Amino acid sequence: MTDTLTGNLTWDSIMIVKAIKDPNFNTIITANAAAMIPVGTVLIFAILTWTKYWKKLFSEWITTTDHKKLGIMYVIFAMIMLFRGVVEGTLMRINQAGALDGGMLSSDHFNQLFTTHGTTMIFFVAMPLIIGLMNFVVPLQIGARDVAYPVLNQISFWLTAAGGSLITISLLIGEFSTGGWSNYPPYTGKVINPGVGPDYWLLAVGLSGIGSTLTGVNFSLTIYKLRAKGMRFMRMPLFVWTSLCTSILLIFAMPPLTASIIMLGLDRYLGFHFFTNDLGGNMMSYANLFWMFGHPEVYILILPAFGVMSEISATYAAKSLYGYKSIVAATMCIAVLSFTVWLHHFFTMGQSATINAAFGIATLLIAIPTGVKIYDWLATLFRGRIRFTTPIIYLSGFFILFTIGGLSGIVLANPTIDFQVHNSLFLVAHFHNVIIPGTLFGMLAGIHYWFPKSFGFRLLESYGRVTAMLWIIGFCLTFFPLYPLGLMGMTRRTVDYMDPAYQPYMFVAGAGALCLSAAFVGLLLTIWRSIVHRKELAVPLGDPWDGRTLEWWTPSPAPEWNYAVLPEVDAIDAFTLAKERGTAYAPVDKYTDITLPPSRYYGFIVGLLAATMGFAIVWYIWWLAIASLTGIVITVIVYGYLPQCGHVIPASELAEADESWRRRARAERGISRDEETAVSNQGLACPDLIPTP
Amino acid sequence: MTHSASILLSVVSDSFLRPMGSIADAQREHLIRVVLLTLIAVGPVFIAAPLILWRYRRGNAQAAYRPKWNSNKLLESLMWGVPMLVITLLGITLWRMTHTLDPYRSLSTDPIRLQVIGLDWKWVFLYPDEGVATVDELIVPTGRAVSMHLTTDTVMQSFRVSALIGQVYAMPGMVTEIHLIAAEDGEMRGMNTQFSGLEFWKQKFEVHAREPNDFAHVMDQARNSGLSLTPEVYALLAEQGTADEARPNLGVSKDTPLRFALPDKDLFMRVVARYHTGKPVNAPSQPGSPSYQPSCAVPPPADAPLYMPMSTHD
Repeated sequence: MTDTLTGNLTWDSIMIVKAIKDPNFNTIITANAAAMIPVGTVLIFAILTWTKYWKKLFSEWITTTDHKKLGIMYVIFAMIMLFRGVVEGTLMRINQAGALDGGMLSSDHFNQLFTTHGTTMIFFVAMPLIIGLMNFVVPLQIGARDVAYPVLNQISFWLTAAGGSLITISLLIGEFSTGGWSNYPPYTGKVINPGVGPDYWLLAVGLSGIGSTLTGVNFSLTIYKLRAKGMRFMRMPLFVWTSLCTSILLIFAMPPLTASIIMLGLDRYLGFHFFTNDLGGNMMSYANLFWMFGHPEVYILILPAFGVMSEISATYAAKSLYGYKSIVAATMCIAVLSFTVWLHHFFTMGQSATINAAFGIATLLIAIPTGVKIYDWLATLFRGRIRFTTPIIYLSGFFILFTIGGLSGIVLANPTIDFQVHNSLFLVAHFHNVIIPGTLFGMLAGIHYWFPKSFGFRLLESYGRVTAMLWIIGFCLTFFPLYPLGLMGMTRRTVDYMDPAYQPYMFVAGAGALCLSAAFVGLLLTIWRSIVHRKELAVPLGDPWDGRTLEWWTPSPAPEWNYAVLPEVDAIDAFTLAKERGTAYAPVDKYTDITLPPSRYYGFIVGLLAATMGFAIVWYIWWLAIASLTGIVITVIVYGYLPQCGHVIPASELAEADESWRRRARAERGISRDEETAVSNQGLACPDLIPTP
Repeated sequence: MTHSASILLSVVSDSFLRPMGSIADAQREHLIRVVLLTLIAVGPVFIAAPLILWRYRRGNAQAAYRPKWNSNKLLESLMWGVPMLVITLLGITLWRMTHTLDPYRSLSTDPIRLQVIGLDWKWVFLYPDEGVATVDELIVPTGRAVSMHLTTDTVMQSFRVSALIGQVYAMPGMVTEIHLIAAEDGEMRGMNTQFSGLEFWKQKFEVHAREPNDFAHVMDQARNSGLSLTPEVYALLAEQGTADEARPNLGVSKDTPLRFALPDKDLFMRVVARYHTGKPVNAPSQPGSPSYQPSCAVPPPADAPLYMPMSTHD
């Protein structure tokens, strides 16, 4: 029975207690993973106390409303969650390599693994990565000092973190859902699944979903309203265009998810019948709603990656982007079409052939603008001077691998074939084939590209290149065997199998998973070694890659105010043009005071209370849920009435910082692209190429 | 030979790459056609990407360098035109094949009727006209169209026979259809592909395509097997577990196939009707729920109004 004070929570809910009472392979693995949470927390607290970083942590990070710091926090958060996702993925593949007639993992453990893996990777890795990059880059690229609503931005971040903390806590206390990342009822309904797992899923995804919706609103407004003088829509960098499309998609795609979560929540908590078997419930309504979100979601994830690809192909080929208008049109086409195809996730529901054919053809249509974009990037490289930096290695992998993913997507768009390979490993191979070489490679390339702008030093190319190759090889080994397996009939979400023909493929996939884990370690090593060598890698003048867009037109790391004087724009590649004219670092006549948004505890408090509320709802601790919700309402009201005074940067301080940067840039010798990875690259580029006639 | 070992030892097809009927064969051909057509548009990328990346590397001073070149009308129209053309062709074949190979398309005016109920984690096949039921064993006469109605009595599942047609969802309280025909004698395997709980991946069944005479013989045997699929037996089958796990509860030895006489021709409709009585189906009477009790879960009595599913298609 539910206790008033502690709800359904008992000592046995804690994984470690469970493992001590019933020690076996699965509970011990889980308990070890769970133990990392308290141990990690204690460790972090100890380090913070030891280094006396507590005060700085609060004043500079937790209370920050600076879009750059929030962006960095999103990416760090995504990296922590990526660790969990990669470990889970590897564990599943290793299990399957030896799962002929029974592997090491129990069914229940495996089911939780694929559910948390999918949920984590989509909602707490891919989403924070793209939103983090958007946060960092978009205001800089449009020549703004911050987003339209800095405090709202902070709330979005902390809501995402609240969702992430719930899925993390589920490892320690209770269990997570076993219903897959799409959490289909009636399997996740109260009658079939009375445990806390689906509730954790609902709250974790629901809270982060609200954060994402707010991000969509914030960034579309930022891009509409805060562009630099002269930056018309058709002069925006491609990353800004793709971020705009993603923001619009967020606004329209997240509500169906939130609605389906609320409805499933009502089913589970209050005995409603939206998706139950009985009393008129219909699980296919959930499938429809979920994929009305779910399909635009994959374009939410891929479009910013396309934006990164556009930026880096032009920069590292030292050439203007080919077919700007085409790419913009293609991006918009994809954004609109992404809302017309959701039904292809369930061609097998039993609807008429005409409906299936219509949605199949709509799906095929998306291939047109996507194909155009790939051609455009190739044309951008054509007759360029390509430097094989880490981002270009990711781009090369992307060209071949993402195109293969597109090909398998075309195959799946055919209902006729989907009847065979739906729910099979062919599908698993397909979506990893677009998400890893597409979104993940794009984001990693973007992190390499913009890292100097965030921290003031480059990432080591040597480590970066090896890591990129590991991601590419690991991807191929892990996911290509899944295509033949899917055609042979092997289904997804299968803990064990009985057909010996599957095993060789599974061995290869298992080896690939280890390679992907190594790639993740490589990523951490790249960052770690680069921090160690940060002095040699420093690029204080701000333009290490001979960049073309505004964000390179300010020192690195970008100052708190982004631009001492807001830039004006009269072309697409405004910075390149200024460098050609020799006016890039000309002295500025006049500086004025700048008001920046103040630091606030607002978002942190809301996030903390939201996480508490989520936890309380999962465990039916109603007094705590009501108290947290009340707390959120009070916080919103109190902060709403606080005076909106920002903190002022006086003109004198700006002038001093800005003039010294400009003076140094005018005085120093720029470097040619041959020295791009050398110590001499201080972030000042000098043109060294003569166009052939 | 035990029941499960027979699946492994005989040559069976569980993939449309080894089709046992004309529809799966056409699906396989369509797969090849789609890949080849798509290669027209994606093939150039596979060739051009490495070539361009290598030719225009920074170290190669021989290659042309045009930093301002950013559009070309002819190239632009090719970039949009070729994918459009390929997608048009793909779209036409998609439309045609989706209609031709629609699993709802009935293949004859005189098909054999079959009804399928998905349970955790087993399939119950009902032959209402023959008065026979089987578990995890789909027996079809060769050369004769089979018209199947699907539902489940637990969560949603997906019924797949790869060697013949592929899959369609089966959902509680709802009826979906599959129409198929087996060209020749043979052994195949089918399964539930939709994750539906702990042991869903064990929810496989054998498919035997048999000459009409043999088929009739098997049906006779089943009717006289001494086993009968009464509501009580059905409620026991509905408990979570594989067919092998259910055998002891039914008093059937390990090697005996689960073939029953089917006294109630309306069992399928009653199972569907359970969810349309206007009263809730509580956890104890819901197969798939951890608190399911076979004693609570007898389908609606014979005099309850039958739910007649409307055909969703013409």
